[in-house]
Amino acid sequence: MGLFSAMRGDRGGQLLLAVLALVTVLVLVLNLLVPAGHPLHFPTYTVTLLGKYLTYALLALSVDLVWGYLGILSLGHGAFFALGGYVMGMYLMRQIGDRGVYGHPILPDFMVFLDWERLPWFWSGFDQAWFALIMVALVPGVLAFVFGWLAFRSRVTGVYLSIITQALTYALMLAFFRNEMGFGGNNGLTDFKDIFGFNLQSDGTRVGLFVASAVALALAYLSCRYIVASRLGRVVVAIRDAEDRTRFLGYRVERVKLWVFTYSAILAGVAGALYVPQVGIINPTEFSPLNSIEIVVWVAVGGRGTLYGAVAGAVLVNYAKSYLTGALPEVWLFALGGLFVGATMFLPRGLVGLLGRSEARP
Amino acid sequence: MHRVFPLLVSRLTMGLAILLTLACVPVVGMTEATAASATEADLQTGLILLKQKRFAQKAEGVDALANSGDTLARSLLEALLNGRLFERKSDGLLVFVDTRGAELRIEDVLTGEMLEPIKKRQLRKIGINNALRTRIRAALATFDLSDPDPAVRLVAVNQMLDTLDPETTERLRGYLASESDPTVRDAMISAIHLANLSADDPALRLAAVEGLSGNLQPAVRNGLVALQSSSDDPELGAAVNEVLNGIDLRIQLYGLAETVFFGLSLGSVLVLAAIGLAITFGVMGVINMAHGELIMLGAYTTYVIQQLMPNAVGLSVLISIPAAFLVAGLVGILIERGVIRFLYGRPLETLLATFGISLILQQAVRSIFSPLNRSVATPDWMSGSLEINSVLSLTLNRLYILLFCFLVFSALYLILKRTSLGLQVRAVSQNRAMARAMGVRSARVDALTFGLGSGIAGVAGVALSQLTNVGPNLGQAYIIDSFMVVVFGGVGNLWGTLVAGLSLGVANKFLEPWAGAVLAKILVLVFIILFIQKRPRGLFPQKGRAAEG
Repeated sequence: MGLFSAMRGDRGGQLLLAVLALVTVLVLVLNLLVPAGHPLHFPTYTVTLLGKYLTYALLALSVDLVWGYLGILSLGHGAFFALGGYVMGMYLMRQIGDRGVYGHPILPDFMVFLDWERLPWFWSGFDQAWFALIMVALVPGVLAFVFGWLAFRSRVTGVYLSIITQALTYALMLAFFRNEMGFGGNNGLTDFKDIFGFNLQSDGTRVGLFVASAVALALAYLSCRYIVASRLGRVVVAIRDAEDRTRFLGYRVERVKLWVFTYSAILAGVAGALYVPQVGIINPTEFSPLNSIEIVVWVAVGGRGTLYGAVAGAVLVNYAKSYLTGALPEVWLFALGGLFVGATMFLPRGLVGLLGRSEARP
Repeated sequence: MHRVFPLLVSRLTMGLAILLTLACVPVVGMTEATAASATEADLQTGLILLKQKRFAQKAEGVDALANSGDTLARSLLEALLNGRLFERKSDGLLVFVDTRGAELRIEDVLTGEMLEPIKKRQLRKIGINNALRTRIRAALATFDLSDPDPAVRLVAVNQMLDTLDPETTERLRGYLASESDPTVRDAMISAIHLANLSADDPALRLAAVEGLSGNLQPAVRNGLVALQSSSDDPELGAAVNEVLNGIDLRIQLYGLAETVFFGLSLGSVLVLAAIGLAITFGVMGVINMAHGELIMLGAYTTYVIQQLMPNAVGLSVLISIPAAFLVAGLVGILIERGVIRFLYGRPLETLLATFGISLILQQAVRSIFSPLNRSVATPDWMSGSLEINSVLSLTLNRLYILLFCFLVFSALYLILKRTSLGLQVRAVSQNRAMARAMGVRSARVDALTFGLGSGIAGVAGVALSQLTNVGPNLGQAYIIDSFMVVVFGGVGNLWGTLVAGLSLGVANKFLEPWAGAVLAKILVLVFIILFIQKRPRGLFPQKGRAAEG
C-alpha cells in the first residue's frame, strides 16, 4: 500500500496537512516580506511560539501512535522528548565555544564552574552537527528499545506499564538534577549562541526553525499514517483490541510493540531537538512526570486514535495554556484538571469526535 | 553590703580584690556557722573573679563557685553558660538578663529582685571562651551529682568524662560511696577506671582497661586510643587492643541498628502512604492518581485543627486522626461517586481523570491556604529522642510513626478479615460478577472501599505533617513512591505492601551512605523497574482465576 492511498481515506489528515502548509506559507510571507510595523506583519516572537506548538504537536503525534493505536499508555514520553532536547542542547553548548562567561575554549560554563578538568567522554563528538543529529534519534531510540524489550518480553501491560514508564521518567529527572551527571544539574543547558553556524537570535534562523518544525511534523504525520494504514497497522490495532488473541493467531506481538514504541520514542526525541533551540533552554523539569501526563491529555482532548486529533489537541491545549497562564494564572490548574476529567468522561473520542466524524479506520 | 562591695572591686586589681574578700569574710562569718561562711566566701570570691577580664581568672572564679556548692552558684554558672550573665556598667552589679522581650528585663543575681529595665549598652556581658565552657559544664555536672533524680546524676557522670582530673575523680569516689542506683554506680566506676588509665601503677592500669570493656562513651574510646599509642607495655597493649576491638564492634552493631531504624522509619512512611492505595488499586483496579492529594488533605486537616486549638498541640494531633480520616474519606467517596463510577473497566481513563482531580485539589489548596508551606507543631511527647546509649538514639517522632504505621496496618487488616464489609470487599475484589450474583451490592462496596482507602490516606497525612512541612506539593512527592510500593508488593495484598514498603525503606537507607540520597533513590527505582519485568505481579501476587495476560 503506497503512501498516496494511505492518505486517500484520511480526510482529517488531508485537512491538517493543507492547514499546516497554508500556515507555514502565510507565516513566511507575513514575517519576511511584510515590513515590521505594518499591521499585517507577523512578529518573530509569535513565529517561535507557533514553532514551539508544532514541536508539541509532533510529541503528541508520537504519543497517539502508541496510545491510540497500540494501546500503551506511556506516561514517560516526556523523557524521550527531553533526551532529544538534551542531545540538541549538548550540540548547542559545544557551539558556544569560548564565548561563555568563563571563556574556556572547550568546557561549557557549568563545567568550569564545577572545576572540571576535561570534557566527560559522553560529551565528545557533540561539536559535530551530523553526530548530534544522529544522536537525537539514537539516544531516545536505544532507551525505548531496551526499556521496551524488557517490558514487552515479560508482558508487562496496562496500568503496570504506565506506572513503570512514569518511574522511568521520574528516575531520569532525579538523575539529571545531579550536578555529577554532567548535564548542568538543575540549571540545565542554556545560553545558546548559534546552530549550524546561524545566529539563534536572528529572525531568519527563528523562521527557519519554524519551517523545520512544520516540515518535521508533516513528514512524521505521513510516516505515522503510512504505518497505521499498512498491514503492520492492522496488527497494531489488533494488539490494542485483543492482545492475547493476536498472539494466538501467530503474530509476534512483542516485536510489533517494540518497533512501534521505539519509532514513537524517536519522533518524541526529534520533537525535543526542535523544541530546545526555539525556547533556548533545556532543564530536568522537562522529565517531570507531570509533563508526560500533560502530553497524554493533549491527545485525549484532541481525540486519540486519529493522529490529526492529537495534533489539534496539542495546539489547542497549549494555546489555552499560554493564554490562561498569562491572563488568569490561578485558573490554569483548575482548567487543566477539568480538562482531564471532562475529556475522559464526556469526550471519549476527543474534540474530533464531536465533529461527527467516525473514528478513522486504518 | 553587696551593692557597695562589687562597686569597689570592679576598679581594683586582682590581688587587692582577694584581700578585700578575705577581709570581708570574718564579718559575715561572725553571725553565721563556719561551714556556711566558707560557702559564702567561695561564692563571693567567685563573683569577683568572674568579672575580671582574663579568662584564667574567670576559670578560678568558676572553680570557686563550684566549690561553694550553693544553689545560687549553680544558677549563676548556668546563666554564664547561656550568655545571660551581665554586669551593670554604672555600679558593677551582676545581673541576669532576659533578652527575649522587647526591652531587657534584669534581675539582681544575689537578691533575685527585679530591677529597672535599662538599655543594652549600659550592660557588659560576662564573656566566656570554649575552655571555660567545658569547665563550666564540668562544674555544673558536680552540682548534678547530688541531684535526687538518678537520671540527672547519670548524665552528670557522663558529662564529667571529658574533663576528668585527679580532683574530680576524688570527688567521684566520694559520691560513689553513697550512690545507691546501680546504673549510676556503673557509670561512676567507669569514670574512675578512665581516670586510672593514666595511673602509674601498671596493675591498676590493666584493671582499668579491662573494666572499661564494652563501654561506648566516646571519651572512653579516646582515652583507650591515647593509651594504645603511648604505652610500650606489651601486656597492656594487647589488653587495650582487645577492649578497643570489642568497643568498635559494638559501635558498628549499633550503627547498623540505627540504619535499620531509619530505614524502617522511612519504610513506615512509605507503607502509610501506600496502604490506602493498595486497597483502592487492589480491590477496584482503580489507579487513583489523586491519592497523594488525599494525603495532603489529611495533613491540612491537622494544620486547621491545630489552628483551632493552638493551646493543646498534643490533643489536636490526636483529634486530627479521626478528623483527617473523615475529611479524606468523604472526598474519596465524592470522587468515586462523581467520576470513577462512570469509568469502571477503563483503567487508563480512570488514571487520567483522577490525575485531573489531583490538579484541581492542589490548586484549591493553593487558593485557600496560599502556596506557601505551613508548619505543624509537634507535641512535646513526640519531640526529642530516646537515648539507648551514647552511640544509638532514636528520634521519638519517627518511633511513634513507626508504631502508628503498625497500628493502622493491623486495624485495616482486622477490618478486611473480621468485618462483614471486609468480607464483601474481598469477595468483590476476587470475583465481582460472582459477588454480585451472591447479593453483594458492589456499587456500595466500591464507594465504601474507596472511602476507606482515601481515609487511610488522610491518616497518613496526619503522620506526615509531623515529619515535613505541609504544602500543596506534599502529595505529589509521595504518589510515585506509593505506586512503586504497591506494585512491588503485589496488588491487592496488604502484607505485600507492608513488606515492600519496609524493605524499600531499609534498602534506601543502606544504599544512602554508599551512593548518596538521590542516587540511592534512583537505584531503588531502577531495581523496581527491573523487578517488575521478572515478576510482573509483584512480590506476593494475588491468587485468583482471572485470565490476564
